[in-house]
Formats: sequence, structure tokens, C-alpha cells
Amino acid sequence: MKMDKTIAGQPLAGPETAPAVAEIRGVTRTFGSARALDSISLTVRKGEILGLIGRSGAGKSTLIRCLNGLERPDSGSIRIEGQEITDLSDRALQPLRRRIGMVFQHFNLLSAKTVIDNVALPLKIAGVAPAERRRRALELLDLVGLAARADAYPSALSGGQKQRVGIARALSANPALLLSDEATSALDPETTHSILDLIRDINRNLGLTVLLITHEMDVVRSIAGRVAVIDRGRIVEEGAVADVFARPVHAVTQSLLAGIRPQLPAFLLGRLGVNGTGPAVFSVDAVGADAGRDFARLFGETLGAPVHLVHGGIDHIGDQPVGRFFFRAEADRLAILARAESLGPAIHVEFLGHEPGSR
Amino acid sequence: MNPVLVDLVWRATVETVVMTFASGLISLVFGLPLGLLLVATAKGGVAENLWINRLVGWVVNGFRSVPFIILLVALIPVTRLIVGTALGTGAAIVPLAIAATPYFARIAEVSLREVPRGLIEAVESMGASRLRIVREVLVPEALPGIVSGFTVTLVTLTGASAMAGAIGAGGLGDLAIRYGYQRFETSVMVVVVVILILLVSGIQVIGDRIAAALERR
Ligand SMILES: Nc1ncnc2c1ncn2[C@@H]1O[C@H](COP(=O)(O)OP(=O)(O)O)[C@@H](O)[C@H]1O
Ligand SMILES: [Mg+2]
Repeated sequence: MKMDKTIAGQPLAGPETAPAVAEIRGVTRTFGSARALDSISLTVRKGEILGLIGRSGAGKSTLIRCLNGLERPDSGSIRIEGQEITDLSDRALQPLRRRIGMVFQHFNLLSAKTVIDNVALPLKIAGVAPAERRRRALELLDLVGLAARADAYPSALSGGQKQRVGIARALSANPALLLSDEATSALDPETTHSILDLIRDINRNLGLTVLLITHEMDVVRSIAGRVAVIDRGRIVEEGAVADVFARPVHAVTQSLLAGIRPQLPAFLLGRLGVNGTGPAVFSVDAVGADAGRDFARLFGETLGAPVHLVHGGIDHIGDQPVGRFFFRAEADRLAILARAESLGPAIHVEFLGHEPGSR
Repeated sequence: MNPVLVDLVWRATVETVVMTFASGLISLVFGLPLGLLLVATAKGGVAENLWINRLVGWVVNGFRSVPFIILLVALIPVTRLIVGTALGTGAAIVPLAIAATPYFARIAEVSLREVPRGLIEAVESMGASRLRIVREVLVPEALPGIVSGFTVTLVTLTGASAMAGAIGAGGLGDLAIRYGYQRFETSVMVVVVVILILLVSGIQVIGDRIAAALERR
């Protein structure tokens, strides 16, 4: 499903034209008779943070594992920095895997190695000399704020600290792509924020490309620029985060968003009926500059009746205002939709029903 | 106890220690790779090969299902071939090592298999070779368990070496049979038992200490 690729009328600069770091084309992977991936296509562009979201079992981990060859697709093509990897032998994959760093939900730090030795391991595997390994590992531990714990063992660290070490380790060999598989799912909300901030800083300061897998919309919303929604092995929706948040099209996206987008409270929604005779209730979704428009006035003028805000407001995703409003007005469905039409396609209006009562 | 007996007990103790540790060391050298082979070739292992896995599994089980006393006798020709004689402490090391190797291999296999799959994948995703995975992940992560398993193997070998005494291997078992059983020297028997208890406890305590020191989880 193609989404509108503009935010408030301005074309998205950068990510859309940046070269692809990972290109997935028509990838299918089945386990027995179950299709974990069903002809998936997805491109991760240089410098972006792409969020891949889906419910548990949707195929997220399988897809991410295909990217570094931990999992082999049955068919389709995967290119990393332009190089096709699906036909590579295990041995030929090894140098390529060094171009991809991976962060895991359960950290996967080696318990028998100190923090610094964990961080230095990718460098050891890449054949870097011991002194240089140590220097680089310390540099990365400094970056994640754990230089003081370099000689500790992972068991002495908190979950958030372990994940910082995991991130430092994933970055030590200078990868072109960082894969994060539910990196914050085992962490408390506060720690989650600090880890997401760290990933965002790394993306900004080092220009590192990130593919972030999660089942939490909040994670995508905090740091991703684009989002792809995966369901039963298919990408069902894809676009700029602000756009998808403003106007989720697929039912799965809507349900994933349900927790963090304003929803009409159930007691209000329950009162509404299509054939009611009371005031109409409708929603308005708008992104960017549109979100700040005075909809109550815009509708009120044409409808010839006062329009009241009953729920919702403006939220910010990155630096994009995303508005979702619920209004009540003494008007009928056709009048509301006619007015919506004249506002243009960037503003999405949905008629929800009438309240009971006399008109 | 007279000085002659003290000397005999001392020498027997040394022989038992030599038999136990020499065969233990051999079982470590051969059993650990065997354990690694069993884990690596198992389904989902880093070098999956079910045929090799089954074959090695059968051989290991075969040796393990033969009671040690029968193995001791059955291996006499092999022992003669390797050591030149089937008698004495040196000769006893051969059947002891052959019995202990598959025993330790299975124990090592259990520890190696408990290394979380995620750790192996994490290092695999760094572009590590199989050998690297074995060296950096499998063995270091399983080391506390391997040390505990080696301790158990040494304790078992201490007992088995006494059994080897029955066919003239020397050591404390031999002494106990000749003096304690055949000549009714109860004091010798008591001393032998006490020494064996001390030996086994010592091995256990040291093994436990090392394993605990290696445990970082
Ligand atoms: N090794 C495997 N063997 C069999 N089925 C698998 C395997 N890996 C994943 N699956 C199945 O593929 C589907 C997608 O799994 P996964 O990619 O782990 O989902 P997610 O990460 O989105 O929760 C699930 O139905 C899962 O049961
Ligand atoms: Mg998963």
C-alpha cells in the first residue's frame, strides 16, 4: 500500500533519494506450511531510522535475520550496500555480516567476558590488533557512557547498561547498518527512553542507518522517520511516521496505534448512531501546518452552526504536529463531508454518527 | 602401623593419584572435543551433521553401557598394544582413560548445549567463523559446567582406579584388597578408606572452588 509521501505538501528531503543500504525484494520464507515472510519488499535508505512494527509473530525477526544471513529466504533478493547476499555461502557471508551490527532484546552479552572484551569482540573477529581493539572499545564505551564499567562483567550491570554495552558492541566494527530487534522490549519505560535517545543520537551524529524492530508504536514514534507495518509476513502499510500516525489505513496499524492516538472515549462513541437525530460527531486528522488550522471555524462558517471540540488535540511526532480532533455540530453527514471535500485531500474527515435526541 | 606399611600406603596413594589424574587428563583432551562435536553436529548446531552426530553418539553410548570391570578385561589386548603390558599403574591408565573419555564427553556436551542459542547467534552475526564461535562462546560460556563435570569425572576415576587395582594396577584399591581383605589388616583398610575420602573431598572442594570462580552469570 502506497502512502502519501509528503508532509504538509513538502516533499521529504533526504531519505527518499539517499542510496539504499539494504534492499529487500520479494522475499519469502516459509517454515513448514507457515509463511513467515510472504513476498516482502522493503528498502532501508542511508542515514534513516526505519521502524518496522508488527504484532508478535508477524515475521519481524525472521525478516531482520534474513538481512544478515542468519536466516535464508526461500526466494527473493536481498542486497546489502548493493551486494546480493542470498546466494552467498556461509563463509562468504562472514565479511558482509561485519557491515551489519545487531542489538537484541535480551542483550546476548557473553557472560564470561568483561564489558570491554564484549565490545571488542567484533573487532577481534575482524582481525584488528589488540591495542587498537582496546582503544576503539573504550571510545565506544565512552560514547554510551559506560567507560567506567569497562572491566566489569555483564552480570554486574543493569538491563539498561547491558543494552548500552550491546549497542557499543554492535557499533564497534563501524557497521553500515544497525539492526535492532526489540532492543527496548525488556526494559522499563524510563530506560527505554534513554536507550532510544542514544540510538537517535548515534543516528544523528554518526549518520548511522538503523532498522528498528518493535511491537510498540511508542518506540517508532519517538525516533523513527519512516515506518513499515508488517502483518502475517506482508508489509501492509509504509510511509513517513507522521503520515501513518495521522492516517493509519490498515486495520492492524489502527489497532497498533489505538493505545497512543486520541480515541473518542467509549461512552461518547457508544451513544452515536447513524440514524440519530441529535448533533453529529466527526473526526478530523491533519499533519504539519494543516494541524494548526482552526477547524471549528472552518466548519462552523459553512455549516452555519457552532462547532465544538469534544476530544483530541495536537501531538508532535519528531518536529511534525499531528492533529486529531473530534467535533460536535448540529449538522448532517452530507454537509460535513461536503465541507471536508473542499478542504482538500490532505485533511481527513470521518463522520462518526449522530447523538440521540431531537434536532 | 609399622614403617613398611606406611611406605606402602604412601606409594599406593601416589599410584592412585597418578592413575586418576593421568586418565582424567586424557579424558579431558579427547572428551572435550568429542562433546563439542556432539553439540556442533546436533540439529541446529553450528556445524549440523546428523549422520556424524548419530555415529559419534552410538560409539559414546556403546562405551558407556559396558560396565567398567568388563571394559577393564576386554581392553587388555589394547592396553598391551599401547603400553606393552597389561599390569601395573601405567597399564591401568589406558582402560581408565577409555572409559572416562565418553563419560566426560557426555557431561561436557550437557554444559555446552546449555549455552544460550542467542549468544551463538550474536557472535555469528558479527561474522565469526565456526572455530571462533567455539573458542569465544561455546567453551568460555560452558567452562564452569565443564569444570564441574571434570570434577565429577575425577571423583568417578578415583573409584574406578581402585577397581583397576583388582587386576593388578597397584594403588589404594590393590592395597586394600591385599592387606585389608586377604590378610585381615583392618588398620590398613581403615587408612585406605580415610585416604580415599580425603582424596575425593579434596578433588570436589578444589573443583567447586574453580567452577565458582569461573561463574560470571
Ligand atoms: N525457526 C522457526 N521454525 C518454525 N517457525 C518459525 C521459526 N522462526 C519463526 N517461525 C514462525 O514464523 C513466524 C514469524 O516469526 P517471527 O519472525 O519471530 O515473528 P516476530 O519477530 O514478528 O514476533 C511465527 O509464526 C513463528 O512461529
Ligand atoms: Mg521477534
